[in-house]
Amino acid sequence: MDLFEYQARDLFAKHGVPVLAGEVIDTPEAAREATERLGGKSVVKAQVKVGGRGKAGGVKLAATPDEAVARATDILGMDIKGHTVHKVMIAETAPEIAEEYYVSYLLDRTNRTFLAMASVAGGMDIEEVAEKTPEKLAKIPVDANEGVSKEKAAEIVAAAKFPAEVADQVADVLVTLWKTFIAEDALLVEVNPLAKVASGDVLALDGKVSLDENAEFRQPDHEALEDKDAANPLEAAAKAKGLNYVKLDGQVGIIGNGAGLVMSTLDVVAYAGEKHNNVKPANFLDIGGGASAEVMANGLEIILGDPDVKSVFVNVFGGITACDEVANGIVQALELLKSKGEDVNKPLVVRLDGNNAELGREILSKANHPLVQRVDTMDGAADKAAELAAK
Amino acid sequence: MAIFLTKESKVIVQGMTGATGMKHTKLMLGDGTNIVGGVNPRKAGTSVDFDGTDVPVFGSVAEAMEKTGADVSVLFVPPAFAKAAVVEAIDAEIPLAVVITEGIAVHDSAAFWAYAKSKGNKTRIIGPNCPGLITPGQSNAGIIPGDITKPGRIGLVSKSGTLTYQMMYELRDIGFSSAVGIGGDPVIGTTHIDALAAFEADPDTDLIVMIGEIGGDAEERAADFIKANVSKPVVGYVAGFTAPEGKTMGHAGAIVSGSSGTAQAKKEALEAAGVKVGKTPSETARLAREILGG
Repeated sequence: MDLFEYQARDLFAKHGVPVLAGEVIDTPEAAREATERLGGKSVVKAQVKVGGRGKAGGVKLAATPDEAVARATDILGMDIKGHTVHKVMIAETAPEIAEEYYVSYLLDRTNRTFLAMASVAGGMDIEEVAEKTPEKLAKIPVDANEGVSKEKAAEIVAAAKFPAEVADQVADVLVTLWKTFIAEDALLVEVNPLAKVASGDVLALDGKVSLDENAEFRQPDHEALEDKDAANPLEAAAKAKGLNYVKLDGQVGIIGNGAGLVMSTLDVVAYAGEKHNNVKPANFLDIGGGASAEVMANGLEIILGDPDVKSVFVNVFGGITACDEVANGIVQALELLKSKGEDVNKPLVVRLDGNNAELGREILSKANHPLVQRVDTMDGAADKAAELAAK
Repeated sequence: MAIFLTKESKVIVQGMTGATGMKHTKLMLGDGTNIVGGVNPRKAGTSVDFDGTDVPVFGSVAEAMEKTGADVSVLFVPPAFAKAAVVEAIDAEIPLAVVITEGIAVHDSAAFWAYAKSKGNKTRIIGPNCPGLITPGQSNAGIIPGDITKPGRIGLVSKSGTLTYQMMYELRDIGFSSAVGIGGDPVIGTTHIDALAAFEADPDTDLIVMIGEIGGDAEERAADFIKANVSKPVVGYVAGFTAPEGKTMGHAGAIVSGSSGTAQAKKEALEAAGVKVGKTPSETARLAREILGG
């Protein structure tokens, strides 16, 4: 889960990373009081989870509380690379910036270790630095069990060749930033820029944090950080039911078991769609291992509720999942939706193989639902579903 | 022969007495796995009856190894306790730990991997978030259904569980030496490369099927390895060609970020290493058949 800048700022502050004062607001009028609290001037910063907001006009200085209201009025509702601005941060104006640096911690998948990255060439896109001047970006592995002590931080500072006069302060930031990374179960913590200001102090002026959703069991505060406004309503409904669902922009609804098989199903449907008016998969939905009839019914309800969906492909290879459960789920879901008075008229193509496949197929044959048809190979079923969606 | 797991393997189950552990221990026994014990400190000294097979419960992995000579542990421990359970297996120096558990926090898997490394990698870790591995006709350590296929001469390594089953099903008439599900998490123990090296050295494997998916660069690195070190034919499949950027597709590791981790890049890298890559599971199976002359 990627966080907004203001949420990252709050976590940094909580763990001792030096940041400027700021608060988040969602109405222009609130900018006045927030700016007054900061002594009468502020920076108005659009809160969007995408880079390049400065260039897009999403960050403006306000010399008075009235000006802050005007800038907030401009920025709220603005579209930045497809992201609508719903919130702005009213931040303390930064003292004059002397230098801009970069520091981060992240997971290095290739080497299966954590990695510290640091550069004295901060303030710009770090991927550009990595590509054009890789010698300016130090990458130091961090052992997950040893972490970042003051000594380790000094090693990172030396590798990135920070100037001597800030070395100690940057090392302190590296230690507190590591605390943030560990305490919050983050996948990424990044400060860019880490600025040296005229007074000589080092401050985190902007940052990114991404959190590990698998750690939610020990991070009860993280749920509140979720951006509920941005979630697609179907994705939100699926999440509430504990389903692993991603909305896509095609017409063939997909339900399968196991992430790999569902990804593969999306591909096979897209290939089949090339022959049928270029229809595409409408979603990713993994009902997981050992899915019960109820889970199947929940999934089907979400998919059938998507107005973009013209046909549905249920692709199940029963490993732990029993195909008779899946078949019962389909039959029950259709009855349930009908009893709710919903007009179910989208055709379903079902392919069942593996654990109890014969039983499952029998259940579907007996139910003999006019909307359901069985196709017994994955490719054949994908083709049929695409054909039905193209009609 | 086969890789990592044979009929000689003595298997213990960490988390055997939980619902998932009970269900799959029964299934593994049914597939002929030599299960010599379970581990649960609170139930040490008791035993569990699985349709007439009495499986003793030990207080620790070390105790189970000492009493039974166990050399494989399968873990069905919930995510919150998985790190401690893997660390226990590493401390006991059991040769193979198969971590089935899904949903382990990355900080935990990174920590137990760093720990395994600091102890000299005496324990091979498979997973987490994987279906385990099966050597058909000999032993099954995990949740791969034992009745899909029979012993044969294809080796399979895959990030995905259900795609493993699908591919075994497509090639069920030919059969498999071993099939290894390595898991779809960002940090995993055994990699494609480790399994490729083992299959290359296994006299019972004639052809290797490798299944990958979007995210990370494991397939690209496997391609380099194949080019330099694998003389046996390799057939590949990569899932996720149509996955959009920035959306996690079920597996925590399955995400395309910018230009990296795409299925297309992985396919191209594998093809450049001489691997035949199928567009779909069925086409992949066809390519394997052609090579085997069937």
